[in-house]
Formats: sequence, structure tokens, C-alpha cells
Amino acid sequence: MKRMILLLCLVPLIAFAAGDSYKLQKAPINYQDNASLQRGAKYFMNYCAGCHTLKYVRYNRMAKDIGIVGPDGTVDEKLLKDHLIFADDKVADTIRIAIPAYDAELWFGVTPPDLSLIARVRGVDWLYTYLRSYYQDPKRPLGVNNALVPDVAMPNVLEGLQGVQEPVYHTQTVMYEGQAQKTQVIDHLKLVKQGTMTPAQYDAMVGDIVNFLAYVGEPVKRDRQRIGVWVLSFLGLLLIILFLLKREFWRDIHKD
Amino acid sequence: MSQVKGKLVQWVDARFPLFDFWRNHMSGYYAPKNFNIWYFFGSLALLVLVNQLLSGIWLAMSYIPSAEHAFDSVEYIMRDVNFGWLIRYLHSTGASAFFIVIYLHMLRSLLYGSHKRPRELVWIFGMLLYVLLMAEAFMGYLLPWGQMSYWAAQVITSLFGAIPYVGDALATWIRGDYTISGVTLGRFYAIHVVLIPILIIGFVLFHLTALHKVGSNNPDGTEIKKHRDENGHPKDGVPFHPYYTVKDLMGAAVFLILFLAIVFFMPEFGGYFLEHANFQPANPLVTPEHIAPVWYMTPYYAILRAVPDKLLGVLSMFFAIFVWFLLPWLDRSKVRSIRYRGIFTKIALTLFVISFVSLGYLGLISPTPMGTFMARVFAIIYFAYFLLMPIYTKYEKTKPVPERVT
Repeated sequence: MKRMILLLCLVPLIAFAAGDSYKLQKAPINYQDNASLQRGAKYFMNYCAGCHTLKYVRYNRMAKDIGIVGPDGTVDEKLLKDHLIFADDKVADTIRIAIPAYDAELWFGVTPPDLSLIARVRGVDWLYTYLRSYYQDPKRPLGVNNALVPDVAMPNVLEGLQGVQEPVYHTQTVMYEGQAQKTQVIDHLKLVKQGTMTPAQYDAMVGDIVNFLAYVGEPVKRDRQRIGVWVLSFLGLLLIILFLLKREFWRDIHKD
Repeated sequence: MSQVKGKLVQWVDARFPLFDFWRNHMSGYYAPKNFNIWYFFGSLALLVLVNQLLSGIWLAMSYIPSAEHAFDSVEYIMRDVNFGWLIRYLHSTGASAFFIVIYLHMLRSLLYGSHKRPRELVWIFGMLLYVLLMAEAFMGYLLPWGQMSYWAAQVITSLFGAIPYVGDALATWIRGDYTISGVTLGRFYAIHVVLIPILIIGFVLFHLTALHKVGSNNPDGTEIKKHRDENGHPKDGVPFHPYYTVKDLMGAAVFLILFLAIVFFMPEFGGYFLEHANFQPANPLVTPEHIAPVWYMTPYYAILRAVPDKLLGVLSMFFAIFVWFLLPWLDRSKVRSIRYRGIFTKIALTLFVISFVSLGYLGLISPTPMGTFMARVFAIIYFAYFLLMPIYTKYEKTKPVPERVT
């Protein structure tokens, strides 16, 4: 009987395991690392900004935050224009793109989403895993698929850098309509043809892009944590004073 | 100087009862001297209300209540308005903090019987405030115009559609449209920033006026007015000012440390205070995989989902809220405080708190057969706590209540 109960307890676990999607990998995020954020901005402008906007982000605000500044601390506009602004935008403009939504939808089936808040919607680990999970799949119109987002619409823009991956499957038993069935699920991806980057270089680059998108999702994060330390320190001191004040007033009351 | 002050006080007092008011409600209002940690939450609720009003006014300066611009204007506040991010996080975290404070404030009443005679109206006004607060939070949640804003509002307004005959017409009347739209956003905004805040401030005044008329309860549930000294002041009481003003200031500092730690270091609070899906603009064509209200509504949402029939579910949910109002008349105990009540009340209250929290959790997650079963069990305990109260509070053996506070 006890064994029966134990078995029954395990049933939900098996059912849960079957519903488990592709495992997320931990993104190397460091908000303080300006070099990483600047590399991320560079990769974004070169590989992502052709299709994806950052419509809530202004070029010069971004430049100031991630340290593209001259010796006097103001934004180095020439550096910004030469290396990160490819359209004829002004430095105070938000980051828009040239591709018309109509064409994009015709070519890819969907309009590429704005990425200003993508890190807050999906989470950084999801983005990091997503950009590393493309594999070759001749059944798809663009010849590629994604282990995290099956039948993804976005082409593998970074293929030239990463190379070509192939999936390695493992067999999993799932319950389907009360019957145990064996099914093939992607266990991990294997690099079969290396691109212009080594796997370590590629992972570092994806890490930089995700770090940049995390910054873009909430530009004030560094500021708010810095200010927060001061605010909490002040309140800590205030609490000590208020505690002593309260004790002084209540001294007489507690006597009787 | 003191002579000048004396003359000024006389001059004002002859024209406006400012100093009378101060005496009646602060320096001459006697509160029991044995308040414990549970008694901080009333003043903290007032503090959070002020926070919501002030941060709300500043948000309204830059927010645009239209379907086209609402989402963009919130991001504009987050990025381009000076300290806009702080104002927004104060407001969004404040909403959750308000409910944490209010739930603990309500639990205090269950513990020490603060709803019992003669404080029934204090309780009724408090419950009206709770319902107003839920309406305020629900309408405010639509304003960022994110995916979860949109779909949570869609789900909740369509609940009215379950009412026979007039349901659909009623839901359309509430939304001002056949689905949630810019029209709904406009009216929710007006109600959120004008109508309900005015009602809340009004009922806070009623709540406090009723309280100061009958005097505060205390952890022993005794009447401090029974024992007075030669000046007519309660022997177990202390003037609210300065004793409780300094004590509540200390409480406010502790609260602000916890509150601002969340505001500055974890404003999303793991997706519970600001949901991840709400960073996507509202899209009427794409339904999210999982729709749930924010955590403070989920106990009632779990009760709604636990009932198989839609209309009965809606009725159960509304009854679950309404039954709180009956508490002063359901509680038949001879004593107020849990300290002197019998074992049944203690067991019932423990089970009730476990059920309420569990229902809150179950309302947040996607429904599973096991979850629905558990939600039914907890929903039955929830209603049993209230509906069996006249029996278990009347027939249990209570301890004698001391004459003076301990």
C-alpha cells in the first residue's frame, strides 16, 4: 500500500517532466561592465538593428549610460555617429529602423518585435539560451529552427559567426491520453561546422548582446541600486534615532 | 513668545476648531498603552495611502490615458521623466504594500476581536475601504496597457456576463465597448484618479471618526474606559500624541526600510508586483498562455475557479468578499481577544489563515486537477470559518478576561 502511495505521488512528477521545455542556460550578466555593454551595443547595431527597433532608447542617453563619453564626461557624439548610428538619425533620436513593417511581415511572416523591453518580458537567461539554440533544419523555410522556440520565424542571423549546429536527441516517455509513449526530444545541440568564432568567443558575444538588452530594458537599474544604498543607510540611521526617541518617551509608562 | 502663541491659539480657536481637533484626536485621545506590533498597520495604511496619492499625482502629470499612447507614456515616465522610474516604482510597489498592510490590519481584528460591539461601524467602514481598494487596484492595473493589464481586465469584466439575462449587456455597459478598449481605459482612468480616491479619503475619515468615538480595542480586549483616574483619563490609556506618534514614526521607519528595499532593489519582486507579461503592450489579438490577477486578488480568483459552474463561481467569489461584512454579527464570543478565547476559535483562525494564503497561491498558478481539488478544500474551509462562527464562538469555553490590561 505504501509503495502504491509513493508511486501515485510520483505520477505528477513524470507528467511535469514531460512538459518541461528546453533547459535555460545562465546568462553572464554584469550591469557594471561598460566594455561588455559597449560591445553589446556594437553587435546590436551590426546584427540586430536592421530589423529590430529600440524605440524607447535614445542614442545619446545610451551612449552616456554605457560610457561612450569624452574626457569631460559628455557624450562623444563623433564616436557615437561614426560607430553606432548607421542611419541619418540625430544623436537625440530614438533607435528606429529602415525596414518597413509591411515588407518585414511579407518576408518573415511577422513584424520583428521592438526589443526595448524584451529582457524584462523574457528574462536574460531566455535570451541567452535562445541566441545559442539555433540548429540546421531543412524542413523549415529558412533552413533553421530553434530548440527553445520551435518553428521560429527569425532567421539565424549569427550563423556566420557561430557556425552550424545539429540537434542530439534523447528518448523520453510521456503520458498521452493515458498511454505511455516514447518520443524524441532535443537533448542538446552539437556544433558540426564552426563559423568565424570559436564557441567560447561566440558565447561571450551573445553574453554581451544580452547584457546590453538587459541594460536597455531598464536603463536606470544601476542608478537606482546606487541611490538605494544611500536611502536605506539614511533610513537605518533615522530608525536608530526614532527608536531612542520612542524609548525616552515610553520610559515613564512602562514603570507602572 | 508663549503669550503670542496663546493669543494666536485663542484667535484661531474662536474662528476654527483647529486646536480642539488636535486635542480631541491627538493629544487628548487616549489609546490603550498595551498596543503590540499588530497595531502599527493602521498608521502604516495611512502612510501608504499618502504615498499612493502623491506618486499618483506625479504619474498623472505624464501619463496619457489612450489606447495608442498609454504604454508608450509609461515607458516615457520610466526613461525620460526625471526620477519618473522612482515615482512609478513607488506607485506599483505601493499597491502591493497597501494590500500586505491591509491584510495584516484585518488579521489583527480577527485576533483581538476589534470588530465586536461597539466597533461594528469601524469594521463596516474598514471593509468598504477594502472593497474600494480592490476596485482602485483593479482599475489602476489596466492603465499601463500591458498584455496582462488588458487580459486580466477582459477576464474580470466578462465575469459580469455570467449573470442571467442582463449579464452581457451589463459587461458591455461597464466596459463601454464589446471588449476592453480605449473607451474602457478612459473611464477606468477617471474612476481610478478621481472617484475612488475621493471615496477612500472620505471613508478613511469615517473609519477614524467611528474609531475615536468608541476608542481603540487592545490585545486583551478590555474596555480601558471602565477604569479612570481622578482627571477622568483611562488608567490604562496614554495620550495618542506623543506616545503613539513617536511609536508609529518608528514603525514607519521600519516599514519604509522594507518598502524602499523592494522599490530600489527588486521592484518587479520576481514578477509578483510587476508581471513580466505586462512589459508587452496590450494586444487584443494574442491571448497570453496564462492569465491571473495580481497576487492580492488571487484568493478570490481561486474560489471563482474552484466552482465548476460559472454563475455559481461568480456568486461564490462575491459572497467570499461580502461575508467579511457580517463578521461582527457572526462572532458570538463573550470575549474579544484570542488570548481568552477557547481552542475552537484558535484552530478555526489558524485553518482560515492557511486557507486564505493557499488560495492566494493557487489563484496565481495555472489550474491543475490537484490544484483545483485543493482550492475546493480551502474554499470550503474559508466559508466554514465564517458560517460556523456563530456556533464555535458561542459554545466554546473561554477564559476570564482581566479587568485591567496585562
